[in-house]
This record gives sequence, structure tokens and C-alpha cells, in this order.
Amino acid sequence: MATATLEPDVDQSALFEFLLRIGDNALILGHRVSEWCGHAPALEEDIALANTALDLIGQTQLWLGLAGEVEGEGRSADNLAYLRDGFEFRNILLVERPNGDYGKTLMRQFLFDAWHYLLLKALKGSAEKRIADIAEKTFKEVSYHLNRSRDLVIRLGDGSAESHRRMQEALDDLWPYTGEMFVGDTIDAALAGAGIIPAPQSLKIGWDEIVADALSESTLVKPADGYMHKGGRRGVHTEHLGYILSELQFLQRAYPGAVW
Amino acid sequence: MTMALHPSVEEVWHWLSEVPDPEIPVISLTELGIIRDVEWRDDVMVVTVTPTYSGCPATTVINLDIERALAEKGLANVRLQRQLSPAWTTDWISAEGRDKLRAYGIAPPIDGTAADGVLMKRIDRLSGRSNFMIACPRCQSTNTEKISQFGSTPCKASYRCTDCLEPFDYFKCI
Repeated sequence: MATATLEPDVDQSALFEFLLRIGDNALILGHRVSEWCGHAPALEEDIALANTALDLIGQTQLWLGLAGEVEGEGRSADNLAYLRDGFEFRNILLVERPNGDYGKTLMRQFLFDAWHYLLLKALKGSAEKRIADIAEKTFKEVSYHLNRSRDLVIRLGDGSAESHRRMQEALDDLWPYTGEMFVGDTIDAALAGAGIIPAPQSLKIGWDEIVADALSESTLVKPADGYMHKGGRRGVHTEHLGYILSELQFLQRAYPGAVW
Repeated sequence: MTMALHPSVEEVWHWLSEVPDPEIPVISLTELGIIRDVEWRDDVMVVTVTPTYSGCPATTVINLDIERALAEKGLANVRLQRQLSPAWTTDWISAEGRDKLRAYGIAPPIDGTAADGVLMKRIDRLSGRSNFMIACPRCQSTNTEKISQFGSTPCKASYRCTDCLEPFDYFKCI
């Protein structure tokens, strides 16, 4: 039986752009988290973080692999990760924030995981089958990430005076980077209209709920919504991305085409 | 001669059942449930494999092992195809595979409890106890507690038996 593949009628460059955005989030956060390898405060934590980073890098391969396929210029996931300059990266600014202390790393993870979880849950129903397939796979992994980061935010927030202070500081510091997750542009509108992705603003209610629930249990106070930093999704980054890329891309830049 | 060139699909399944998982060598690739399909497409043997975790480093090794095992049987024209959907679940690990894991010291996943994306309930989080009866692979006691959701490989969590005090890996459900 011949079944015609239903290709949603959508601009392929918009699709490529979306895949870079989701792939770069996983890549940059995966790299940030991997910086903890061998440095976490306890062995179990070290292993958990390394596994989280590994999941995220694996997810990057799926998303950027598909991005290269959609672009049709013969670029592989490796090409996209190692050979683009900072202004070509599309990750949100939150994931390039420095690790700070352990509390800040966990708070960043929690704020991201809660959003990532809802985004992937929605993408499981994407009209673009290749996206739905990756979302189905990665959603299961990200559920584990969220369970863990939420648990630790609660334990440390409602922990000692010192851990509480650090978690509140982390929350206050990172909060202005959360708004970018829910701001859509014309690319989002086109893809959401075609049923390929959820509109970014539609994820806000669910995210607010998960965050409010965990914060109240953790005795942390949600900061007021003030000025929100943005720009990463269109390639305008903070100075931190350059440092990440200089480490992440060093080998392919210094020894082009090196393989092992 | 034609026999050697075109072994039956059943024969190929059998060969794959002898290829061990590179990280947990007591269990085979078929027992792990990651071989999704084996079929001839003209003269090409197409083996469909699904990854356990997106970032599992064993995936590349598994592909090489499959190619090598089939090459040893005289099958050179092999193509490996990745299939993401339906996503792999620990529910696909066979009964024999579970017994072998237990004998090896890894508590096998509880059947039918694959992660469905539902967030952990507050009571389970606070108690640190699992809502499933995970038996210690050493003394079989079900008085066990979770040390960490993440273990020695992406597919395992760390547990401890509160009776015999043995720390052990639990093949976590996904």
C-alpha cells in the first residue's frame, strides 16, 4: 500500500531555524553541565550530572542531525556544533549562564528542565513526524532530569540557612533569563500555525505551575517579573558563549577534520 | 552457496541473539529488545536498531558489533537502520534477559513501569522509597532505598539494600 508522506507545507528554513534553537539549547547546556565532571560535591552528584550532560549531547545529535538534513547542504550534526560562530548559535541565554556554585547550576537546570519537559511533551504531537519521533524519545529522558532537579531545588531551598540563601540568590540571578523561553517571533508563528511546534507563550501556564509548586515547597520566593534578557534565539549572545565555544570547538578549529 | 549468501531471517535473528551488549555482556542485543527488525531488501540485509538512550555511548559499539558478527557469518552486505519511534522501553527486555541481569547483580526493571513522563509524587520524593518493590539482587530483600536516580551508566540508577547493606545498580525504567 502506498501511503503518501504528509509533508506539512512549511518554509524549510523556518524548520531549520527551529531545529537549531532546540539543538543548540541541548548542546550548550550539555557542555555547561559537563564542566562539572570530576568537580561535583559528591560522587552520586557527579555521576548524575555527567549522565544528564550525556543525555543532552545525545539529544543534540538528533536535533542537529535533523537540522542538517532539513537544510540539505550536507552539514552533519558535528559540522553544525563545531564549525559555526557564536552569532550563528540559537540557544536561549539561560543555558549559557556560568555554572556558578552548585546551587546555581541546579536552579538553572530546574528552570530549563520544567520548560524543556513541557516543550517536548507538546512536540510529541508535532505534525512533522521526524520531530515527533525525537520528542517521544527525549521526553522520557527529560522527565528524569526534571524529577531530579526539582527534588534538589526543594531539598536545598528548604535545607540549611546557607543552602537556602544560595538557592534564593541563584533564583534571583537567573530569573531575568527565563522570559526568553516564552517569547515567540515570526518563525514560531509560522511553525505553530502549521501544527509543528507549540506557540512559545502557550507553555507559560504549565511552566508557572511547575515552578510555583516547587518554589513554595522549597520556601523560596519567586522574584517579581521585571526586565527580561533575550536575543539568543536570533544569535545575539552574552560574552559567555564565546568562552564556551572556544573550548567546545577547539579541536576542530586547531586540527580541522581531525577524527579518531 | 546460495544458502550462505541468503540465510533466512530467523537465522539472522539467531545470530544476533548471540551478540552481547557491550556494557552488560551477560545480556544479548535481542534480549535487550533493541533489535526492532531484520529483513532482506533485495540483496541487502537490513537490521533496524533502536537506541536505549539518546546519548548512550554504547550505540556506536553496538552497531560495529552487529556488523562484525554478521560479517563473521559471511554476511557482508548489511545495512543498519536507526529507528527512534516507538521509543525503546525497558518493558522490551525479555524475561530471560531479566533473569540474567539479576544473576549478574543488576536489579532488572519492574515490568510495565516504563517512564510515562508523569512527575514523581511528593510522598515518594520525600520518603526516598520507590513505589515499586525493587529486590536486592544479593539477598532478595525488598527493603531497598534509592541512592541516586543516576547510576554507572545512563540506563541505571543506584540503590542500596537496607538489610544486607549491598549497594547495587537498578536498571531504571524508561
